[in-house]
Amino acid sequence: MLSKSQARAFFLGGTVVTFLIFIGLTIYSFAPKNDQTNRDKLTAEVAKGKRIWESNNCMGCHTILGEGAYYAPELTKVVERRGEPFIRAVLQSPVPWAPNGRKMVAYAMNDEDTEAVIAYLKWIGEIDLNGFDRVVSPLSKGEKQ
Amino acid sequence: MKYKSQQIAYWFFALCILLFALQITYGFIMGFARIGWDGLHDIIPFNTARAVHTNLLVVWLLSGFMGAAYYIIPEEAQRELVSVKLAFVQFFSLALVGVIAIVGYHFNYWEGRKFLEIPRELDYLVVVNVLLFLGLILTTLFKGKRQTTTAMVLSMGLLFAALLYLPGMIWFDSQVMDSFFRWWVVHLWVEGVWELIMGGILAFLLIKLTGVDREVIEKWLYVIVGLTFLSGVLGTGHHYYYIGVNKIWLVVGGIFSALEPLAFLGMALFAVYMYRKGEKKHPNKLALFWTIGSAIVSFIGAGLLGFAHTLPQTNLYTHGTLVTAMHGHYAFWGAYAMIVLAIISYSVPNMTGRKRFDKTAGHMAFWLSNIGMLGMVVALGVAGVVQVYLERRLKMDFMVAQEETKIHFVVMLLCATLFTVGIVMYMYEFIRYGKPSDEALEPAA
Ligand code: HEC
Ligand code: HEM
Ligand code: HEM
Ligand SMILES: [Fe+2]
Repeated sequence: MLSKSQARAFFLGGTVVTFLIFIGLTIYSFAPKNDQTNRDKLTAEVAKGKRIWESNNCMGCHTILGEGAYYAPELTKVVERRGEPFIRAVLQSPVPWAPNGRKMVAYAMNDEDTEAVIAYLKWIGEIDLNGFDRVVSPLSKGEKQ
Repeated sequence: MKYKSQQIAYWFFALCILLFALQITYGFIMGFARIGWDGLHDIIPFNTARAVHTNLLVVWLLSGFMGAAYYIIPEEAQRELVSVKLAFVQFFSLALVGVIAIVGYHFNYWEGRKFLEIPRELDYLVVVNVLLFLGLILTTLFKGKRQTTTAMVLSMGLLFAALLYLPGMIWFDSQVMDSFFRWWVVHLWVEGVWELIMGGILAFLLIKLTGVDREVIEKWLYVIVGLTFLSGVLGTGHHYYYIGVNKIWLVVGGIFSALEPLAFLGMALFAVYMYRKGEKKHPNKLALFWTIGSAIVSFIGAGLLGFAHTLPQTNLYTHGTLVTAMHGHYAFWGAYAMIVLAIISYSVPNMTGRKRFDKTAGHMAFWLSNIGMLGMVVALGVAGVVQVYLERRLKMDFMVAQEETKIHFVVMLLCATLFTVGIVMYMYEFIRYGKPSDEALEPAA
């Protein structure tokens, strides 16, 4: 029968080994030839867009890359799906945007911030998502598959 | 209760109960918004309500874990806590950080990263607070007469939880990198080190409530936490399938996360088996209900419902839908909320010297909250399946598909009401117990 010290060895050994593999895989997936995070296209404007996205907690209603809240549309492919003028209208609306009855916060964003957010959303839309990009976008589904 | 300093735990538990009540309130605000009653939108928009709901959850659970540690560690180490004064300082600073964060969320003072919304400046305060807590717990443990496995597992869980908070504080310009390291906190907490904390509390309660030999319980505790890390660390990969990182994670995450339910299965079998084996029949049946209940419900909520969407082929469609919300509710409830309610139910009678555990209200609280939560989870699950089918398979527009989930949120809110009645009864019992009393100090607890 298993003894307590064997049980402890199982715990410590398993933890150390899997943790080392985990670190190894992390390094592997960000090595230049395996990296698919769309790093090259990440401009200062995209980074600015991300900061606006974060400081307003857009993720508290929307999902992006499938993460966030389930209250408002998934935005990974929104540029492709709706086009830029539509998004501009959403972000600059002085009253809560709610064509389908559910309210967004009225941001009445200025042009500069709006363009940064759009650049950010565009950048997101170009990431290779191992197939999820096709699931969340009805538009790209028909075209790319 | 043997040591006077264990009484500090009571204040952490009281904070727990208070924040839990607030958490539920914000849950209702979101639930109502989802069925179109969004009258509060201008003051408390959905994203504010959500950040408050999930952060209060995390803070009250942490407060519960801390209270549990202040109660358990002196008893296990067989000495008083090194400083009760500093423990109170730690208590008030925890409450303060919590209040500033929650108030800040109403004024756009946050980071907008799911579960890690606390703004950077406050993060540093959190770090100081947790260091103080760990200092008190670890010095008490190592100055004590003995360092039991139960106490070590619990303390290691708390220590690693603190260390893992750090990757969440690195700033990235890339959404992908941000998300990648956010999971080092969120996933490695709930499917890693928090399970150590849960396992430690569970082992302590089983030793006290069933009278089974400590050596036997602690041996299995090692096996369970061993399984946790063996599967859970590489299981992090189940969050990396579709966020813009290499395909290798589909294989690694798929295989290892599919093994994660084993640890929870172990927890459930462990609790039930020790209960059967135990000869001592502790009079506090209610604490036993919460303890065994936690082990079983965590297996269903985390193990089974987690498994239901963890394979890459399924997750491709369920990723970021109400299916995730269903699992999130039941897993957090079973594994962490119930274990905190269990240690409160066990320790408060010992701290106050009153023995109200055979009162009907306490038992009603257990059943109503559990039945209510099960109903909420079923309603969320149905809403989730409807969403996945309409939006992801039939390619309906998001908002059009949402319209079809409204009815399920009506059902969810009805069940949430039942749940809340149960929790109110729990709170009533907590209040009726009154404050800790020195008369409750006795050589054998
Ligand atoms: C209070 C919740 C909430 C917050 C916060 C929020 N949104 Fe929205 N957003 C919505 C809702 C709800 C809709 C859909 C409205 C409708 O169609 O009725 C929406 C729609 C959109 C759309 C159009 C999507 C489509 O497919 O029609 C975009 C783009 C968008 N939001 C971007 C953002 C950005 C960027 C932020 C942060 C600066 C943000 N939202 C913050 C709730 C929110
Ligand atoms: C007590 C333990 C657990 C808790 C508290 C928990 C909680 C959660 C929460 C809150 C989320 C949403 C996170 C976010 O989007 O930020 C989540 C996601 C997820 N969980 Fe768990 N979980 C637990 C255990 C498990 C286990 C054991 C499995 C697998 C067998 C699992 C599988 C998943 C998966 C696949 C997702 C991602 C869903 C998606 O793609 O949207 N979980 N969990
Ligand atoms: C009783 C009343 C409750 C109601 C009405 C409620 C409602 C909600 C709603 C509407 C959401 C947001 C889902 C979305 O993004 O659309 C949510 C999120 C969440 N709630 Fe609750 N909730 C309640 C209680 C609880 C309890 C008791 C717990 C923990 C044990 C909990 C844990 C969570 C978690 C972890 C999330 C985030 C889920 C995710 O991101 O996947 N909630 N809740
Ligand atoms: Fe996970």
